[in-house]
Amino acid sequence: MVKNRNPVRFLGRKIVNFLSEFGEISRLLERTFSFVPRLGRDRILLFNQMAHIGSNSLPLVVIIGFFTGMVSAWQAASQFKGLISLSLLGSAVSRAIFMELGPVLTAIVIAGRVGASIAAELGTMKVTEQIDALESLGISPVRYLSTPRVVAGTLMLPILTIFANVIALIGAFVVANFFLGISEKVFFDSVKRFFHLKDVFGGLFKTFFFGGVTALIGVHVGLRTTSGAEGVGKSSVRAFVLSASMVLILDYVLWTIIF
Amino acid sequence: MIEIRNLKKSFDDNEVLRGVDITIHDGETVAIIGESGCGKSVLLKHIIGLLQPDSGTVKVDGILIADAKEDVLYALRRRIGFLFQSAALFDSMTVYENIVLGLWEAGERDEVKLRQIATEKLGLVGLGARSLLDFKPSSLSGGMKKRVGLARALAMQPQYMFYDEPTTGLDPVTSDQIDYLILSLTESFSTTSLIITHDLFTVKRIAKRVIYLNKGLIFFDGTPKELEQSTDKTVVQFIERFVK
Ligand SMILES: Nc1ncnc2c1ncn2[C@@H]1O[C@H](COP(=O)(O)OP(=O)(O)OP(=O)(O)O)[C@@H](O)[C@H]1O
Ligand SMILES: [Mg+2]
Repeated sequence: MVKNRNPVRFLGRKIVNFLSEFGEISRLLERTFSFVPRLGRDRILLFNQMAHIGSNSLPLVVIIGFFTGMVSAWQAASQFKGLISLSLLGSAVSRAIFMELGPVLTAIVIAGRVGASIAAELGTMKVTEQIDALESLGISPVRYLSTPRVVAGTLMLPILTIFANVIALIGAFVVANFFLGISEKVFFDSVKRFFHLKDVFGGLFKTFFFGGVTALIGVHVGLRTTSGAEGVGKSSVRAFVLSASMVLILDYVLWTIIF
Repeated sequence: MIEIRNLKKSFDDNEVLRGVDITIHDGETVAIIGESGCGKSVLLKHIIGLLQPDSGTVKVDGILIADAKEDVLYALRRRIGFLFQSAALFDSMTVYENIVLGLWEAGERDEVKLRQIATEKLGLVGLGARSLLDFKPSSLSGGMKKRVGLARALAMQPQYMFYDEPTTGLDPVTSDQIDYLILSLTESFSTTSLIITHDLFTVKRIAKRVIYLNKGLIFFDGTPKELEQSTDKTVVQFIERFVK
């Protein structure tokens, strides 16, 4: 059906929808955190989610980390050519990895792997009345489903990022050593020379937010799912798009605050 | 006691409930009948607050559902057993976990006791013969799922039981068994029961009162006998198809 749309009204409705959805997410966040004190009792739910996120994502994170490290070494080498000595390559590459590449790429992978799967799982539960069934047993879906996932996301992303950082550094070293002829000593001396703990921790600090936001959006989109299997598919795509965008926006905001 | 006053609910342009008034006293067993899509399930979901009315009120034991604080509402729901039309089993959990989840979350951690309760409830719904406790819902038949859903609703010994089509899709023998289960719960624990059903036989056997929902309103509210003797054209027409 083709509707005759008044563009002003269409835009107006989009903005109102956006704001009201933003309000909903904020309320979900508030309610999710209100159950954090209960996590001591619900620790099994939390540990399950952490294990789930870790085991689902680690292989992917390792592969992405390795290739990111390798390509960033090539990229740096081509930018340095004729301008800067290759002996500084280790420092440039490691700082880029610790501050940006490791945290952001890991977060985007998790948005696809974890955010979308949370949305699909909760979306399926919604359309098959399992969320209603929880409610009917006097169990809060926010406490039972949202809090463990959001907290697990917040805690696991930094851990996965540490893995990604280490693997990426190894990847960069492999390229530097085998293809660019930079010795182990030169590479790691350069890494150490400009190494600031603040870079590493600044990068990891961001990932707490990335992980929490990704899981929160997955839960939010999942719980809003309507209209059957088709809706579930739409929700998982939507969760990925929203959380990946939020990661990049947050990355900018946090960068200006931290660095 | 359940008090429903002038309850109205629409989904977009679809006016489902158009001013429903019902009072149900403790210990009553009430059957709800009506054409498919007339809003029976929607009505039941309003009573435990899964849906919110557009206007009108629902009170259970004096608690106004729409305004109840979360902890009050959840405490109330733990006294209500709800069998979903779709069974709505948690598909990531085993049959055992489904049945005892409510008890576990309410703080019961004694595994031996929990397994015993689960086994007992499965027995009540006619699934005692095979040990289904460690099955996942996906490997059960439709009728079995429904009965596991019933076992889950029964696990907390609720004071209210709401059944959304408890015997639809079950064979006649099992249907009889479920009918008698509902009867015996009412007798032994004076459970207050609301039963949505398309089975007039069930209505006559277990309900003292039957409500016929038609076009979003209560069309008839009386005993099964009065229903059968009604000369109203709409009622007669509906019952005729009912009895077949
Ligand atoms: N969540 C919902 N969103 C939109 N419409 C709904 C929703 N739930 C129910 N409806 C609509 O409300 C009407 C009543 O539905 P309901 O499930 O209560 O019917 P019912 O009387 O239980 O029928 P049946 O005997 O087939 O189970 C239907 O037209 C249905 O499409
Ligand atoms: Mg129904």
